[in-house]
Amino acid sequence: MAADVAAPSPAMTMRSLLLRGMLAGIAGAALALVVAWIYGEPQVGNAIAFEEAHADHGAGHEVEVVSRTVQKTAGLVTAVGFYGVAVGGIFAIAFAFAYGRLGALHARATAALVALLGFVAVEGVPFLKYPATPPAVGNPETIGSRTALYFGMVAIGIATVVGAVVLCRRLAPRFGTWNAVTLSVVAFVLVNAVLFAITPKPDAVPHGFPAETLWDFRIASLGMQAVLWTTLGLLFGWLTERAVRR
Amino acid sequence: MAQSAVAEERAVPRPAPLSIPVRDIVPWAVFAAVLGLVLIYFVGAEQGATSLLSGTWVHEFTHDGRHLLGFPCH
Repeated sequence: MAADVAAPSPAMTMRSLLLRGMLAGIAGAALALVVAWIYGEPQVGNAIAFEEAHADHGAGHEVEVVSRTVQKTAGLVTAVGFYGVAVGGIFAIAFAFAYGRLGALHARATAALVALLGFVAVEGVPFLKYPATPPAVGNPETIGSRTALYFGMVAIGIATVVGAVVLCRRLAPRFGTWNAVTLSVVAFVLVNAVLFAITPKPDAVPHGFPAETLWDFRIASLGMQAVLWTTLGLLFGWLTERAVRR
Repeated sequence: MAQSAVAEERAVPRPAPLSIPVRDIVPWAVFAAVLGLVLIYFVGAEQGATSLLSGTWVHEFTHDGRHLLGFPCH
C-alpha cells in the first residue's frame, strides 16, 4: 500500500482520466437525452406551433433543410452526445488540476466538487442571466450579440468560480476551511450580482408567447444540464475512486 | 492486499491525495480544451452568429440540442 503513495498512481494518468471523463460525459449525455425527450421536446413542439401560428411577419415557412423528426432524434443525439464528450474531457482536465490541491479531498469528493463548480460556472451563471430560450423567442437579428453575451457569461462563470476557488485556498490557512468557503461564496455572489446588473438585459419575449411553455422549457433545459453534470461527477468519481483503490 | 474497497475505507487511514504535476497536465489541457471547444462551437454556434461552412445544415441538424442545452440558436 505504501508504494501507491510514492509512485504516481496508474489511476491518475492523464490517459485514464481523459478516458473516464469522456465515458462519464457520454453517460451523462444519455441520461440528459431522456430528460430532453420527456420534458424538453414537448415544449420545443409547443414553441414551434406558436411560431407557425404567428408567422405573419416575415417570409412564412422556411424551406425545411432537416426534418423535425431528424432534429428530434439524430440531431439531438449528436448535439448532446458531442457536448457530453467535450464537457467530459474538459472536466477530466479540471479534475487533474484540482485533485490533491483541494485540501484532503479524495478522488470521489474532488470529482463531485469539480462537477458542482463546473455546473455553476458553465450552466448556473449563464442561465441566471441569459436563460435558454425555445424557438420563436429569440429575435434572429440579434443572434450575434446574444451569442457573444451568452459565451461572455460562460467565461464570467468560469472566471469567477476559479477566482473563488483560488481565494478559498488563500483564505483557508488563516480563517479555517468553513469560513474560507463562506467568504469565497459571498465574494462570488457579490461579483456576479454586480456583473448581472451591468450586463445588457436579454431580449424581450415576443408578445403572447405562452409563459407556461417558456417556464417548462427552461426547467427542462436546466434539468438536462443538472442530470448531465451530476452523472458526470458521480460516475467519474466512482470510476476513479475504484481505480485508485485497486 | 486487495481487500474489499468498503472495508478498507473504514479500516486504514488513507494517504493524502497526491496531486498531478502541472507540467504533466498542461499539454493534455491545451489539446483537450482546443478539441472540446471546437466540438462545443459546432454543436452550439456554427451557422448561427458565425458561419464557417455555407448553408444552414449544421444549424438545423443541431437545432433542438442548441435550444435545450441553452445556446442562443436563432
